[in-house]
Amino acid sequence: MPTTQELIAISPEIILALWALSVMFLDLLIAQSRKSILAYWSLLGLLLAGGAEFSLWGREEILFQGAFVQDNLSLFLDLVLLLATGLSLLMAKGYIKDLEMEHGEYYTLTLFATLGGMLMAGAGDLLIVFLGLEVLSLSLYVLSGFRRTEPMAQEASLKYFLLGAFASGFLLYGIALVFGSTGTTLLGGIAVAITEGGLLGDPLLLLGLGLLGVGLSFKVALVPFHMWTPDVYEGAPTPVAGYMSVVAKAAGFAAALRIFLSAFLQLAGDWTLLLSLLALLTMSGGNIIALAQSNMKRLLAYSSIAHAGYILLGVIALNSWGLSSVLFYLAAYGFMNLGAFAVIVALRDGEREYLALNDYAGLGSRHPLLALSMAIFMLSLAGVPPTAGFLAKFYIFGAAVQAGYGWLAILAVLNSVLAAFYYLRVIVIMYMREPAGQVAKMTHSPALALAIFLAVIGTVQLGLFPAAVVELAQASLFPFLGS
Amino acid sequence: MEAFFWVVAIPATVSAVGVVMMRDTVYSALLLVVHLLAVAVLFVLLNAQLIAAVQVVVYAGAIMVLFLFVIMMLGLGRGEGVKEKLPLQRPVALLFGGAMAILLGVVMSQTTIQPVAGALTPGDVLAMGGNTQVVGRLLFSDYLLAFEVTSILLLVAIIGAVVLAKRRL
Amino acid sequence: MPGCKTYAILFPAMLQDYLLLAVLLVVATIFPIGGLITAFIIRPHRPGKIKGDTYECGLETIGETWVQFRVQYYIYALVFLIFDIETIFLLPWAVAYNQLGLFSLIEMFIFLALLLGGLVYAWRKGALEWI
Repeated sequence: MPTTQELIAISPEIILALWALSVMFLDLLIAQSRKSILAYWSLLGLLLAGGAEFSLWGREEILFQGAFVQDNLSLFLDLVLLLATGLSLLMAKGYIKDLEMEHGEYYTLTLFATLGGMLMAGAGDLLIVFLGLEVLSLSLYVLSGFRRTEPMAQEASLKYFLLGAFASGFLLYGIALVFGSTGTTLLGGIAVAITEGGLLGDPLLLLGLGLLGVGLSFKVALVPFHMWTPDVYEGAPTPVAGYMSVVAKAAGFAAALRIFLSAFLQLAGDWTLLLSLLALLTMSGGNIIALAQSNMKRLLAYSSIAHAGYILLGVIALNSWGLSSVLFYLAAYGFMNLGAFAVIVALRDGEREYLALNDYAGLGSRHPLLALSMAIFMLSLAGVPPTAGFLAKFYIFGAAVQAGYGWLAILAVLNSVLAAFYYLRVIVIMYMREPAGQVAKMTHSPALALAIFLAVIGTVQLGLFPAAVVELAQASLFPFLGS
Repeated sequence: MEAFFWVVAIPATVSAVGVVMMRDTVYSALLLVVHLLAVAVLFVLLNAQLIAAVQVVVYAGAIMVLFLFVIMMLGLGRGEGVKEKLPLQRPVALLFGGAMAILLGVVMSQTTIQPVAGALTPGDVLAMGGNTQVVGRLLFSDYLLAFEVTSILLLVAIIGAVVLAKRRL
Repeated sequence: MPGCKTYAILFPAMLQDYLLLAVLLVVATIFPIGGLITAFIIRPHRPGKIKGDTYECGLETIGETWVQFRVQYYIYALVFLIFDIETIFLLPWAVAYNQLGLFSLIEMFIFLALLLGGLVYAWRKGALEWI
């Protein structure tokens, strides 16, 4: 029976679950013309859950016989997830209305997806990792097909579902093999079993770990498990694509951090080598293919793949600097990537979206503020100082060098240079190129403007005054590395 | 009892191969029923009665209904050969699938799974009335969170089904 | 090895339980097949075109027999599946109820309430209407 203390410690998750339910029921009562109330109601829920997270800061609670851990790491990641969810809801409010898909389910599923991500971030048991991942994925399969009459959306949803289900199979098989080898699914228990049972070179355990890795790699879209990403991002509604690119990735990395740090730290020698290969493939693959893209959503899809590669560097480095920079990177990435997607959402004429790169021509003079925001996001994604993206990269590459992965850091820097080409090209097109026909129209909406404004603030703030967030990120890893 | 294992395992494997090889999807589905029932018997042999019941009720029952529903009501029944657009797909899939199978085989043959002493002795299990009772007790103690999250997962599945399949929301 | 011991202790008891089941299974298989074989042996063999039709009596079928139904019907099957899984969770709870006490009742109530919420949702959305 859960104690009151346990219920308090898991209150952010409970609040979010109750809120998602309340949205589901309110949706049944509210008339179609007033559905946007649900957006504000959902945002309120996110704020409350975020407040609960803040009030729990500094605690380290192991709940439900070890199945769930509410410590600074989960709280930090939860805050990133909640923030990203809030931004994407601000983007979505007008968008789903204009595209005639303003249904309450959009908000319900988004909240449930975030709940799934939060469960992954705090998982202390492989079962909870799996269940959280399924709650997140199931909601995302539906959300990516939310424009139900659009063939592209149906394709995106189906593709994501089939590959995602396949990946879940790998993950589950990995969990089964790990359980077979260690006799437990508790992350802490696995570490104990490895030490006590002398399982360091156990082939069954290694195979299980490998399959777990494959399953998670699918979900965070590492090369060569990335094939679904561009098609899904292109077909999904733009706010959903932005949401996925941040929340699914942050949740996946959260689970990976939990699994690798709590359960398999002793096997680090085995998995860091594989992960460094994956990191190299991911950043190079993502960046090279991104160079050839002419569609903004596909470009950001490949860019998000490349960023996953950079983030992996921090996991590989496996020192306190590297791991806290993973957290910082996720926060920075959340702001700049969602910001870029918000600009795409803004560049819309009712139902018609301007997605081609060439549509951005002349934006600089026609919509100067929007173009400036986009320029900031692009510079940050490219890693140009003084933006958040620069510091995030700086920390993570530095950590890799410190951990003895100098070669990987050099290749990552080269990759960033390569990536700068396609990010800067967007800026060049916006400011230098004359539009071929009419300049793309922009949709004005206070919520969307707020989303872009917050993303700009976040991107610049983390770039200029990172100390507060860096401290939070460092405080988050205390229980793991003891430093 | 070894012999009984093979009596069940061989039909399970043969029917599983049949599911993939049959040209007519209805035959595939029916062979799948055979396979699922055989696996249910294997679960019983492992003393996992609840899982066996799940296997029969959910898989051989409900999920097969879904399969046949799709095959027969949505008019996808005839096994028209799907034209392959990627000629390399089959050999590459065979290569990687084969490699995976060999890897699994080697690993399994090299491993002896260490039994881990649980919290309950076999005597306790008998005293409680069997494995299903133990599962019930664990579900409401150690796996409480997983149990409740499952209900949320099922709820999301209901919403998803309605959103994707309902013509007007 | 405790695993083996469990097996050794539980298996004889199990075998008796399942022996009855196996007998039932065998009888249930023999019964219809035996009936079919008997009928095959003693029935007269007079095949004809009309007898070979899909339906010997009743209406003639128009068009193809494979008709595409609306995907909407599929929601029933899906909702059925979900509640079927819910039933599976009720089983261990019910079996172990005596050992669990009041708290499990509350827990199960929450579980059922969530899924009942799903049913209310599907109902109100009209997903259960037959059109």
